[in-house]
Amino acid sequence: MRDLITYIVFGWYPYLCLTVFLLGSWVRFDREQYTWRSGSSQLLRRRQLSWGSNLFHVGILVIFLGHFVGLLTPIVVFDTLGISHTFKQWLAIVAGGVAGVMCFVGITLLVHRRLFDARIRTTSSFGDIAILLLLYAQLVLGLGTIFVSLNHLDGHEMVKFMTWAQGILTLQPGVSALIADVHPIFKAHLFLGMTIFLVFPFTRLVHVWSAPVWYLGRRGYQIVRSQGRRGPPAASSQSRGPARTVPAEYPR
Amino acid sequence: MKIRAQIAMVLNLDKCIGCHTCSVTCKNVWTSREGMEYAWFNNVETKPGIGYPKDWENQKRWNGGWVRKKNGKIEPRIGSKWRVLANIFANPDLPEIDDYYEPFTFDYEHLQKSPEMTAMPTARPRSLISGERMEKIEWGPNWEEILGGEFAKRSKDYNFEGVQKEMYGQFENTFMMYLPRLCEHCLNPTCVAACPSGAIYKREEDGIVLIDQDKCRGWRMCVSGCPYKKIYYNWSTGKSEKCIFCYPRIEAGQPTVCSETCVGRIRYLGVVLYDADRIEEAASTPDEQDLYEAQLGVFLNPHDPAIIEQARRDGIAENWLEGARRSPVYKMAMEWKVAFPLHPEYRTLPMVWYVPPLSPIQSAAAAGKIGHDGEMPDVRSLRIPLKYLANMLTAGKEEPVALGLERMLAMRAYMRAKTVDGLIDEKIAQRVGLTGAAIEDMYKYMAIANYEDRFVIPTSHRETTEDALELRGSCGFSFGNGCATGATETNLFGSPKRAKNPMEIV
Repeated sequence: MRDLITYIVFGWYPYLCLTVFLLGSWVRFDREQYTWRSGSSQLLRRRQLSWGSNLFHVGILVIFLGHFVGLLTPIVVFDTLGISHTFKQWLAIVAGGVAGVMCFVGITLLVHRRLFDARIRTTSSFGDIAILLLLYAQLVLGLGTIFVSLNHLDGHEMVKFMTWAQGILTLQPGVSALIADVHPIFKAHLFLGMTIFLVFPFTRLVHVWSAPVWYLGRRGYQIVRSQGRRGPPAASSQSRGPARTVPAEYPR
Repeated sequence: MKIRAQIAMVLNLDKCIGCHTCSVTCKNVWTSREGMEYAWFNNVETKPGIGYPKDWENQKRWNGGWVRKKNGKIEPRIGSKWRVLANIFANPDLPEIDDYYEPFTFDYEHLQKSPEMTAMPTARPRSLISGERMEKIEWGPNWEEILGGEFAKRSKDYNFEGVQKEMYGQFENTFMMYLPRLCEHCLNPTCVAACPSGAIYKREEDGIVLIDQDKCRGWRMCVSGCPYKKIYYNWSTGKSEKCIFCYPRIEAGQPTVCSETCVGRIRYLGVVLYDADRIEEAASTPDEQDLYEAQLGVFLNPHDPAIIEQARRDGIAENWLEGARRSPVYKMAMEWKVAFPLHPEYRTLPMVWYVPPLSPIQSAAAAGKIGHDGEMPDVRSLRIPLKYLANMLTAGKEEPVALGLERMLAMRAYMRAKTVDGLIDEKIAQRVGLTGAAIEDMYKYMAIANYEDRFVIPTSHRETTEDALELRGSCGFSFGNGCATGATETNLFGSPKRAKNPMEIV
């Protein structure tokens, strides 16, 4: 019975979450882009947001990048580069710990602001509050795993999670067996992590997809849209052009 | 040369009576929705005053507009692109809603339901954001109405720069004017430049600056970028919104709602042709005081056959060229030079221009202590300090504003001589560099101000860009997600994308 639960939660559930994450995001982007936004409440209350939001975002970006690289890079790459498992474990603990504490301070400010500032509380949707508390719980669990990890600094548990994550992404649900005997706090952290992917498309988290890094590469500053032309007036034979976005030549 | 056409506006402040009809009609049409209660696409401020949002003109505080770097290039004052992205988590230059005002309603119900009391029941204010009781209303879109509030606070007005302002706090020396404000639909808009998503754009065909509501992600950099603070973050939808210059009306050849309903008939709408290739050069002019002239240099003469020929090649329709030739905006800005841009020093090349107001001659002048310039009073003895107007309209350069005011005084003197004394006095016109015919024309446009002279708006040519058959059965103009409010319907895939409203190009 326990095996079956492990298999469902760590073998099947990830696929459900990833499918909903990708399809849900796609559908929302395609059908409901008007609802696709960061949902900033800075206009209503600046207090606690400058520190809170900056610490939270920088912290969580570092953590996300750490998880992404740490979990999905094949272990042979580290072995080839001569990075020992113990060193990698220490790196994860230290870098993750520092970013985690930053993020923790930030999200604590944000949670306090969202729950106890009347303006923010009244204008928050259920989803806004729920996702923030979900992230808060996930972060606390993640910080909690550090203390467990200190007991196995040789990194063998870490390798299990790497193998599991890479196994899931290479369509081998059987790797869930690796998770069976890890510390419960890891199981909770993994489950909640997958759940965040599951609810992602239905919350304001979708703004993550839209991180506007392309702005740095925009040619010039101005954007002029011309009406697409159809029919005889223009020389072009294009029958019904889409609204073209033409970055103008001025000013750079 | 790349010729484009824009519908521009002029507001004749000499005739503005501060009735707020423009603000109220605009509000009723566009912003009486949740999240936008605090936003006024058009508001009327009494000057001197710090305005709405507080102190908006002070770019040392808000960092709006452009700044010219040492190498001669311009960049948004909020910073280069990477600085904008670095501030995306918490924007240090974003006003808080209290800088505009916390929107409120009143407990009207209490007036009907209150029990018998010794005191009259009152309707007290309640916040439209938190729903909580508001003990005191602190600010609003016209808080300093008719010089409301203390002079000490109002005199923080940025336009007092270089003016000995203390004397204007005294009752007998005080002055005031109205300043209706809306989006300037700039040639070089900082909001567009500051938007990391690229959601804000200027329309090539009529110059209207719009925010693509689907593409806006609510990074709110446009609010900081705009030096006029005319982009508003809708806290309910999480998208920024701005004055849309009533483009559904403009496309149909009708004036904007604010212009249509202006009881003082102070607003003018008309086509201006400009050279898009000269915008960057003009906006980068080294001396701020030359920016007004630099912008005039971007405008093109619609009567010049070479310009007409090039405009045709650039795809400008014949009725737009005709509109440009009859444009009241071109006449006031370029021919008579009585209209000026608002704060050209922001380097955005704004396209809503203002005719400065005349004002009574100060008592000193009336008592004979200040000389007259011939039959006309010296504009420097008008009650509103020339420097104040120049700070507002020409980055502090007094001569152009003085000439504009002199021409308006000359128009009065000439017409008075004509109608009262039955005398045509060409000398008056010559003294201000005009002809009698030009003054008669000015009088027709600025004093009589007939509807058809004020609004010369060529209709747009949607027939070249949209297939009317596809719009059949679609819903009309609406906010947001077509006919829907954002709630998803069952149809997720399978139907082709079609325009949700007649304004949209798919």
